[in-house]
Amino acid sequence: MQYLCLIYDEESAWKRMSEAESGQMFGEYMQFSKDIKESGHFIAGEALQSVTTATTVRVRDGKMTMTDGPFAETREQLGGFYLIEAKDLDEAAKIAARIPSAKIGSIEIRPIQKFDM
Amino acid sequence: MGSHAIEALFRAERARVLATTIRVTNGDFELAEEAVQDAFAAAVEAWRDAVPAEPRGWLVLAARNKAIDAIRRRIKLRQIVAAEEPAEPASAATELVAVPDDRLRLIFTCCHPALAPEAQIALTLRTLGGLTTEEIARAFLATPATMAQRLVRAKTKIKAARIPYEVPEASQLPERTDAVMRVIYLVFNEGYAATAGDAWIRRDLTAEAIRLARLLVELLPVPEAMGLLALMLLHDSRRDARTDAAGDVVLLEDQDRSRWDRAQIDEALALVPPALVGGAGPYALQAAIAALHASAKAAGETDWPQIAALFERLLQRTPSPVVALNHAVAIAMAHGPAAGLPRIDALREQLATYHLWHAARADLLRRLGRTAEAAAAYRDALALVGSEPERRFLERRIAEVTRASVR
Repeated sequence: MQYLCLIYDEESAWKRMSEAESGQMFGEYMQFSKDIKESGHFIAGEALQSVTTATTVRVRDGKMTMTDGPFAETREQLGGFYLIEAKDLDEAAKIAARIPSAKIGSIEIRPIQKFDM
Repeated sequence: MGSHAIEALFRAERARVLATTIRVTNGDFELAEEAVQDAFAAAVEAWRDAVPAEPRGWLVLAARNKAIDAIRRRIKLRQIVAAEEPAEPASAATELVAVPDDRLRLIFTCCHPALAPEAQIALTLRTLGGLTTEEIARAFLATPATMAQRLVRAKTKIKAARIPYEVPEASQLPERTDAVMRVIYLVFNEGYAATAGDAWIRRDLTAEAIRLARLLVELLPVPEAMGLLALMLLHDSRRDARTDAAGDVVLLEDQDRSRWDRAQIDEALALVPPALVGGAGPYALQAAIAALHASAKAAGETDWPQIAALFERLLQRTPSPVVALNHAVAIAMAHGPAAGLPRIDALREQLATYHLWHAARADLLRRLGRTAEAAAAYRDALALVGSEPERRFLERRIAEVTRASVR
């Protein structure tokens, strides 16, 4: 089963960190990515640019509108993701808990929808 | 076999048959429930003349076959649509030797933290308790449609997010068992607190919670589960003495102890020592306190110093202003109102909006003969109280202390 782990944290929290602290987090991310690649759980993962670069698109009555900003304005922003392979939700949650940002933000786990086609 | 006897047998076996069938359907609750329903319907026909020697085995096998048939039909349907090689259902090959008890998996899946708390309760009552959707709705003052939707959403999430149908691994077990116990105790309190709703259904809920706790103790005999069962048995043993004919609250000290359920108390008392083994948890400590109350032949014989000591341990385990209040009251009972009052006063800021804080304080002032202050404190309690019987109780007390202060 594939799960998308969405990483929500506060961009400002990263900015508040000292260079040593953010360096430490960055190192933990490198290590985590390496670990789940080796354990076979990793499918894909990327960090996103700042939420200030987000654009939301909607189509209503055939007309596309674009608005500046993310879909939901919250204190925490979507900062990156991992697409992982796990046997069930408990395993996915255990892996998600190892994502360094779980300590300062939250990780949303979404099972991937598979279509029989 | 008569239809009543068959119905009773179904009620007794439903959770077990369902629990095993869910394993066969790979965690598909909806499909398993349909298969169990079909198996019971088939049994009514097949057992008209004679019940098989192993009715449970018969039902499990029938439900399993119905479920596998349904899975095969689905695969065939998908084949027609997709013309693709089907994956054999993983469980079809699994042989059912004897009939394993899968109810523990069922408990843990129903109380999985990825489900909303109210969904955990509803699903537990529906699948393990066998309450109907309508009964659960009535107990929680929701419409049947809302409750049905809540159940469907929970079952869909289990399937879609693949919440495992397993007893959690050892590292997760204590935390997940706590979650199960929390659900059971919530069900009990919903029935016991009787804040609203149909009295009959409320009695059903306390009985159901006790039955679930018995099941947990049977399947996973950890000390805290025994503590939870003992605690609920002890509270529930006083059900007939808690209110008078008018429905008014009767305080523990004023209750007619001959109306306590002795058999239930004895069962609970036997559970308390094993529950206290190894760093007693909060349920075990509360059960021990309730056991001391239950063991006192008269209110005056209550072992208050021991109760105060247990509250102190409880306060260390789970610090909260309400536990601190109970601790202070126990100290007042053990060593006199003057010893308890300063401890109660120290909680003023945290409990100023809690009517029982004012009532407890009023009671100590009354015992110290400070009747005017007692009356004022009872009035403060009255201003905050929610339920009608409690209101009447406080009004009686105010009348008493006012009379005393006039005299």
